[in-house]
Amino acid sequence: MEQFKINFINNFITDNRYMYLVQGLGKTLLLTAFAAIIGIVLGFLVAIIRSTYEKTGKLKIANALCSLYLTVIRGTPAVVQLLIMFYVVFASYNNSTVVAIITFGINSGAYVAEIVRSGIMSIDGGQLEAGRSLGFSYAQTMWYVIMPQAFKNVLPALANEFIVLLKETSICGYIGLMDLTKGGDIIRSRTYEAFMPLIAVALIYLIMVVFLSSMVKKLERRLRVSER
Amino acid sequence: MSDNTLFEINGLCKAFGEHLVLDHIDTTIEKGEVVVIIGPSGSGKSTFLRSLNLLEQPTGGQILFEGNDITKSGNNIDKYRQKIGMVFQHFNLFPHMTILKNMTIAPMKLLGLSKEEAESQAKALLERVGLLEKADAYPSQLSGGQKQRIAIVRALCMKPDVLLFDEPTSALDPEMVGEVLEVMKDLAKDGMTMLVVTHEMGFAREVGSRVLFIDEGKIVEENTPAELFDNPQSERLQSFLAKVL
Repeated sequence: MEQFKINFINNFITDNRYMYLVQGLGKTLLLTAFAAIIGIVLGFLVAIIRSTYEKTGKLKIANALCSLYLTVIRGTPAVVQLLIMFYVVFASYNNSTVVAIITFGINSGAYVAEIVRSGIMSIDGGQLEAGRSLGFSYAQTMWYVIMPQAFKNVLPALANEFIVLLKETSICGYIGLMDLTKGGDIIRSRTYEAFMPLIAVALIYLIMVVFLSSMVKKLERRLRVSER
Repeated sequence: MSDNTLFEINGLCKAFGEHLVLDHIDTTIEKGEVVVIIGPSGSGKSTFLRSLNLLEQPTGGQILFEGNDITKSGNNIDKYRQKIGMVFQHFNLFPHMTILKNMTIAPMKLLGLSKEEAESQAKALLERVGLLEKADAYPSQLSGGQKQRIAIVRALCMKPDVLLFDEPTSALDPEMVGEVLEVMKDLAKDGMTMLVVTHEMGFAREVGSRVLFIDEGKIVEENTPAELFDNPQSERLQSFLAKVL
């Protein structure tokens, strides 16, 4: 017990080492939040293009581009994407935070797109017909009739995607960013002690994920109630 | 073509691949008519109805609606659809909106009605079909018959010139068919132009001003209900009636 206390002080208190974790956590949350926004915008756009093509046969070229995007992003590791973005695409641009946000946003967008597309396709075809028969255009029907229902159906899956995204940002140390994971690793390199800082990092992720998951569960319950 | 003509349909064809579902249909629908369309399943009667507001894109022929060829590309079909109401077999109410919202969204967004105007119009129609107390309910809280009555008044909120009914009672429990047919009869009495695909021969006989018998994509016979039911000419109609009556 005494040893535990000494280790704790050495790893977290001495030289204010806990600040590595605090600042790292801030970075993790910042990356997750902004990447999520990009992911939502991009994902919805791609989903609408893809489902429009599937339903009407229009937007053929845009759909082909979207398919390519999904294949490439979902077919390569996120770490590799991050390295390519940092060392190749944005080689002359050295704000790694922005590069990481863009990369994670583009990455997440691919997964969001497939979730939202499945939501759109799950809405009964009669809904589109009813909207169109009233005189709404395709776009208006999507906006007023299809998307609100699709969004509601996929909210839990979307929330899960952002939990995945939160954990995914832990690879940003590869381009020199100090997020929560990197913060813990820096402590390890200072104190030559792996157990405590890394377990602390894992615990912080776990607490965030458990909290978010319980929010998703609550959300799912709420949505089920309003269906009756 | 007289001023009273609503639809003039010339050589309407619809093919799914090799299969010709509608085979050169010619007919005219006058204002105020209640045209009932009957025929065996798979005969193309629903496809015919759904072609009239281009939910099915015809592959040949033309459809003149109030003198305009709506099949011509470049025509704004949304404008015409505002005047062609449609009631579906499966109601297709918007489940995420209250009944009132279901009925007001299209007039507000498309006709520019204010919220007050749209709601007072909707409430008057709800009153008429005896469902005013359901204004704030959601579709999932209604019975099938109630849903279909709402679907009819939702279409009426756009003040259409014609209403298309695609088997409006086929998805209903038997005890709910009557309440929907009552609303339709009431509309017919008011002079609403209606095209009704249905298996309700009683309704066809009582309310129809004309009955079309469609089989294998063609109008095989058309006549007043009394003549068509009591004195069928073609063999196909005779055998069809023998099965359903």
